[in-house]
Amino acid sequence: MTISDLRQAPARALALVPVADLATEQGAAVLLADGTSAAVFLLHDGSVRAVSNLDPLYGAPVICHGIVGDRSGSPTVASPLGKQVFCLRTGHCLEDPRMSLLVFDVHVHDGVISLSTGGNNRETACR
Amino acid sequence: MVGHRFAEALTARDDGRRFAVTVLSEEPRAAYDRVALSSVFDGADEAALRLPALGPAVDLRLGVSALTLDRARQVVVTSSGPPLEYDELVLATGSCPFVPPVPGHDAPGCFVYRTLDDLDAIRIAAADARAGVVIGGGLLGLEAANALRLLRVTPHVVELAAHLMSVQIDEGGGALLAGLVEDLGVRVHTGAATTSVLTDPVSGRVSGVELADGTRIPAEIVVFAAGVRPRDQLARSAGLAVGPRGGVLVDRACRSVTDSKVWAIGEAACLDGQVYGLVTPGYAMAETAADRLLGGQATFPGADLSTKLKLLGVDVASFGDAHGRSPGALSVVLKDPVRRCYGKLVVSDDATTLLGGILVGDASSYAMLRPLVGATLPADPASLLAPASTGAAHGLDALPDGAQICSCNAVTKGRLLAAVASGEADSVPGLKACTRAGTGCGSCVPTLKQLLASAGVATSKALCEHFDVSRAELFEIAVATGIRGFTELAERHGRGRGCDICKPAVASILASLHTGDHILDGERGALQDTNDRHLANMQRNGTYSVVPRIPGGEITPAKLLVIAQVAEEFKLYTKITGGQRIDLLGARLEQLPAIWRRLTDAGFESGHAYGKALRTVKSCVGDTWCRYGVQDSVGLAIELELRYRGLRSPHKLKGGVSGCARECAEARSKDFGIIATEAGWNLYVGGNGGFRPRHAELLVQDLSRSRLIQILDRFLMFYVRTADRLQRTAAWIEAMDGGLDHLRDVIVADTLGICGALEEAMARHIDCYRDEWRAVLEDPARLAKFASFVNAPGTPDPSIEFTVERDQRVPAPHRPLLPLEPA
Repeated sequence: MTISDLRQAPARALALVPVADLATEQGAAVLLADGTSAAVFLLHDGSVRAVSNLDPLYGAPVICHGIVGDRSGSPTVASPLGKQVFCLRTGHCLEDPRMSLLVFDVHVHDGVISLSTGGNNRETACR
Repeated sequence: MVGHRFAEALTARDDGRRFAVTVLSEEPRAAYDRVALSSVFDGADEAALRLPALGPAVDLRLGVSALTLDRARQVVVTSSGPPLEYDELVLATGSCPFVPPVPGHDAPGCFVYRTLDDLDAIRIAAADARAGVVIGGGLLGLEAANALRLLRVTPHVVELAAHLMSVQIDEGGGALLAGLVEDLGVRVHTGAATTSVLTDPVSGRVSGVELADGTRIPAEIVVFAAGVRPRDQLARSAGLAVGPRGGVLVDRACRSVTDSKVWAIGEAACLDGQVYGLVTPGYAMAETAADRLLGGQATFPGADLSTKLKLLGVDVASFGDAHGRSPGALSVVLKDPVRRCYGKLVVSDDATTLLGGILVGDASSYAMLRPLVGATLPADPASLLAPASTGAAHGLDALPDGAQICSCNAVTKGRLLAAVASGEADSVPGLKACTRAGTGCGSCVPTLKQLLASAGVATSKALCEHFDVSRAELFEIAVATGIRGFTELAERHGRGRGCDICKPAVASILASLHTGDHILDGERGALQDTNDRHLANMQRNGTYSVVPRIPGGEITPAKLLVIAQVAEEFKLYTKITGGQRIDLLGARLEQLPAIWRRLTDAGFESGHAYGKALRTVKSCVGDTWCRYGVQDSVGLAIELELRYRGLRSPHKLKGGVSGCARECAEARSKDFGIIATEAGWNLYVGGNGGFRPRHAELLVQDLSRSRLIQILDRFLMFYVRTADRLQRTAAWIEAMDGGLDHLRDVIVADTLGICGALEEAMARHIDCYRDEWRAVLEDPARLAKFASFVNAPGTPDPSIEFTVERDQRVPAPHRPLLPLEPA
């Protein structure tokens, strides 16, 4: 990674991950500075999505191990513990509106993924 | 059963809660299916006989009998608690067995056949008995004979009439039936009166019976099945009028002719001068009385005494005017000594209308013929008696809407079609729920399926929104096309990127078909469900459990020591599992390879506790050590567990082997259970524990070891190929057309000619099996999947915390995260 890569990344970047370290539709946990983790997914179309890794029901850091797929075309991940399905775009649980995952902003530049929490995303994800 | 039905019907329709219902049950258990009583000896357990529980609106008092009835004060005195007042009283006291007053009829060793307690008593006596005599060759008598046979007691049936089942069938049918049951080891004595029960002069116990012609039959058990009498003592002593042969006299509303506040239903009632000893008219009375109590105007619709049953595996059916008693009735008879079946149709004098019939040996056309009673014959009678394949073709469409399809619950074709047309039901379970059709004897279920098909209802078998086909079809697609990846399968035979339903199903199919491919390689890694994904069982705090294979539960002290050392080193919680192995819990993802390196070095391999796959084959110690054992159950269990290890299947698979009939391995609670006999092995299939426990049923008896393994190979492969996703073997067999009999035809008699292919597929699996944990340890790309963080591979997740309970590490209580607090 070069200095210019870092400049391209958003100012509040929480973590940087090479895309090449991810396998398609097999999530990975990314350790964040505060000791929590994000679940990062490389989708079949080449896009990258990231959500909070903690399962809201069990409080266990496992969302990255869930099965990735789609519901009517929207990318989803199913919790490996309770099988609740979450939309990877909004973080909303499709079965229980009281649950949702945090959605991270994802920027990919020169094969490196950077995660950040930006805009009003946090409020939206946690309504 | 009739009282239960009444309580169900009344509470279901009593919207305004006008009645508080109290049910007194003399037996200490809730109502059960007496019609299926003998199935207890044939694999069913008591739970399977239990009728659906009555709702909270019913106060069910078990083990409480009604002692006296005071009609003037409207009070019932019971065996416990204060007297009960009533507004309306329903007598559903049923009947009691008639025991002819021959000398010796009350000696120890004499039984009746009515309740589960009677069965228990017979079971105990059978342990020391060689032969048993059943007095009465009717329906109940033959059931009792079958029970004795299943208890390995030679049954004799003594019948007063000239042939068996004289109420339902004629002499021709009776003669064939006698021949068929004699082949099964039942000794039939017809036209024979029992003059006394012989007893041992020393012990006083039953030693045999003597017949009128002087014949003596030695036996240690006598079962009376010579008919029943209504239990009307309570009614009689309260001054209620009873019929000439007993039974509370009631009108067509089922109301006592003596007291308008008292009702009687079922075998306790005498209606139109008749006491009906069958459950169907009893149910009709229950519905009638319930309707009347709620202000309706129902009257008893009359009884259809048609019956279809399987007695000792022999089909017997009788319907309509079976004996041809209508004036001018003609009979067309087909006797087929080759197929060993007998059929008779009774038709009107002009041969246009069907009046009734009898079928013995093959009753497959019963479902089509019975509803035709009273209707114009759709074809010439002889062709209707021809084998089922042609007979059925005249079938369903020819029936009028008024024809009864389910005679147990009096459901007509019209009612069923209406339920389908209105969208109330689009499946057999749906029809069962909204019309009750098929919930009695179940003989009309195939007709329900045909009715749905001919009404154009396609039952959806789609796996999920990504695949329109069923799992079994997807399996065949994978076999035929040789496709080995999800993307190609979805693009050519489905749509989208899949989900947590179809992806594990595809993963399982590919794993069953290609044992040699590692389940974590390439695209397949993304299909694996929670546990398969890291070859370990994910626990509630995100850690994993590790279960090494311990075949048959046999383990050396040295290996036990290794498990103990690994558990100590990695601070794992240990627990003995139900499958005779050891569970090591609390491993972090990144610890799994190191743990498995220690285990594989010591000779352990994956136990597949994480997979929908063969888990364990549990065993008892067998004849190596046990005083009672008759075969080497441990040796067989180990051989089977090693043979089928790694076999991926639609759901988990468990096996068990017991070395004698004491069944210490609990083999009959497994998908396949094997119990040793003096002559070999008995194979049981379709058992499971869990949410709905089931006992496995006997598939084949007294098998040699090699034949047993051959049939097991076929059984498991047939299950792998044709079951639905997450369908255990019990549900798979139940859903099969023809059930266990069909399964036996396919995998024992090879009627479909597929057994060779099934055996080859299993041989391929066995050849290609490799321990998948060892294969992970040997491959850096696979090992990389066990990183805790992609940006910090060896760092333990700081959010996973433990506490200590009873000297072991357990997950720290988790902070509730629901609902998630806004930042």
